[in-house]
Amino acid sequence: MPDLTTLTGVGVSPGVGAGPVVRVVDSVPEPKQGPGTGSAEEEYAAAAKALEDVAADLEDRGQRAGGEAQEVLSAQAMMARDPDLAVGIKQRTDAGSNAARAAYDAFGATREVLLTLGEYFAARVTDLDDIRNRTVALLLDVPAPGIPELTEPSILVAMDLAPADTALIDKSMVLAFATQEGGPTSHTSILARNLGIPAVVGCPGVRELAPGTYVMVDGSSGKVVIDPAPEMVAELAGRDEKRRAALAAVGNAPGMTSDGHSVPLLANIGGAADVEAALANGAEGVGLFRSELLFLDRQDAPSEDEQYGLYRAVLEGFAGKKVVVRTLDAGADKPLPFLPFGEEPNPAMGVRGLRICMQAPDIMHTQLHALARAAKGLDTELWVMAPMIADVYEALWFREACKKAGLKAKIGTMVEIPAAALRSRHLGQVAEFFSIGSNDLTQYTFAADRQIGSVARLQDAWQPALLDLVAATVAGGQVNSIPTGVCGEAAADPALGCVLVGLGVTTLSMSSGSLPGVRAALAAHTLDECRAAAAAAQDAVDAASAKEAARAALPKLAELGL
Amino acid sequence: MAEITVVLPPGVGLHARPAALFVGAAAKSSCDVTIGRPGEPGVNAKSILGVMGLGAKAGEEMVVTAEGEGSDELLAGLKEILETPEGGHA
Repeated sequence: MPDLTTLTGVGVSPGVGAGPVVRVVDSVPEPKQGPGTGSAEEEYAAAAKALEDVAADLEDRGQRAGGEAQEVLSAQAMMARDPDLAVGIKQRTDAGSNAARAAYDAFGATREVLLTLGEYFAARVTDLDDIRNRTVALLLDVPAPGIPELTEPSILVAMDLAPADTALIDKSMVLAFATQEGGPTSHTSILARNLGIPAVVGCPGVRELAPGTYVMVDGSSGKVVIDPAPEMVAELAGRDEKRRAALAAVGNAPGMTSDGHSVPLLANIGGAADVEAALANGAEGVGLFRSELLFLDRQDAPSEDEQYGLYRAVLEGFAGKKVVVRTLDAGADKPLPFLPFGEEPNPAMGVRGLRICMQAPDIMHTQLHALARAAKGLDTELWVMAPMIADVYEALWFREACKKAGLKAKIGTMVEIPAAALRSRHLGQVAEFFSIGSNDLTQYTFAADRQIGSVARLQDAWQPALLDLVAATVAGGQVNSIPTGVCGEAAADPALGCVLVGLGVTTLSMSSGSLPGVRAALAAHTLDECRAAAAAAQDAVDAASAKEAARAALPKLAELGL
Repeated sequence: MAEITVVLPPGVGLHARPAALFVGAAAKSSCDVTIGRPGEPGVNAKSILGVMGLGAKAGEEMVVTAEGEGSDELLAGLKEILETPEGGHA
């Protein structure tokens, strides 16, 4: 008989939360065609009032949020008050349409225009859809989309969370997240780890939970338990307490196994705004600076001076420490309007990563030159690596580009393509270090898209095939006496972090919130224990048994509640 | 009817943020205001959706017209907004 009281997903942010379910509304029904109950004038007046209410609410939320969010929200309010939109609605109510349908269709017409204008404006379509959904929800008297106002600490349940949903999230009112879709690298997961909120994602069935149902979310095991017994909540809460105590005990000491084998723990960051959290969590440097965030969502390439300013701020923040910069990583799934490569049938396999820069070398030169300038006069140790390198030819091209820009830095290769892992022996003659991007390496090893929930089972860094490729990369690095780090979310799992160290990985880089857990796990085990765990995981037949075998070889994890 | 021609400065063109500033200023006036490409019918400059829908890019020439009381002052103000590169609106 199936267990109806427990739902299973993927635990992505450790900790335990128990409380009532609050559902995030992710869709609003499409209004029916035909006339409404009122006259044409009354229908139009109802639509106009709904739009004004939505605009006022957006402005109010903007005022409460302040800063950049306020600008975005007041631009949205302006869209709700748009005179042309009002004309479009009036034409439709005059023609006999009901208010909700008239609004829905008038928004639709504008939406089509914006969609034809390309990527930047396509992002505004999301804003427009949000206004449409709020307006239609008011007119149909159904719940508005997004996170409802939380009146008590709750478990947030959603299909998946969008960045817009979470801009105003009140951390003190959210006990845990549980989402039907999403994987370890989805927005929900990264957000949860950054905020330190327990989370289970990719959990079928959570969407059907009635609002108010009492559930317990265990972000370590990936279980969502419906109406749990009080003893069970107490036991897991006790384990969580132990985990917090273990993290507190190890503090912000440098990453090290219990027998003194040093493993520098580094942070993945997107810009200067992330520096503070990284340092607060004891990051010993930056293992992945995602420089592309500066390039996305804009119509032209950022100037060298603009890039210089951003890089300088990050490098200054890590004075005396190491910062590994990943050069521009974009592609058909994250298109740049100023680098049009057209539609690709299979974006993940198309012109992305270094391949973009090889086709537009000026972009790369500007970036590398800005980096070279930013590093001048600082004692920050600058390392630079290119994404999506497939073979020695590309690694050589990148090394040349760095030299041409006058860059004084260690020049490395990201290992994200199985071909690079398999031939690391030769790549290591050209590169000065390797950094394994485990998210993409998993995607390419299993031909499983990172964003598609139905193949999430394959998108698991515990897959023994992935561990084999890590081992192959490390071996190729050791032959050439160069270090191999891991900078994907695989490094953020305390058990898997130990396994990677056992495989010979020299540094682990992860989102800042994950650093304490990995630090505590390493501090509790010897290098030999990590090696035994790695061997056990590599011997397993699948991801689940690899995890089980590794955890059995790392006995202190359970004791520490990790 | 008063009319001016403006070349959009380098940057991202007339997308959400600059468009919001422009439309916000136009909407405060009692004049009828339009914006469009030379030789094409303009859109209502008080409609952010209409203005964004132009998809105007950096370096493009745009014609702004205004009719009503104070149209010259209004156009001078709108010209300044359009010609200020992004980041200049502190």
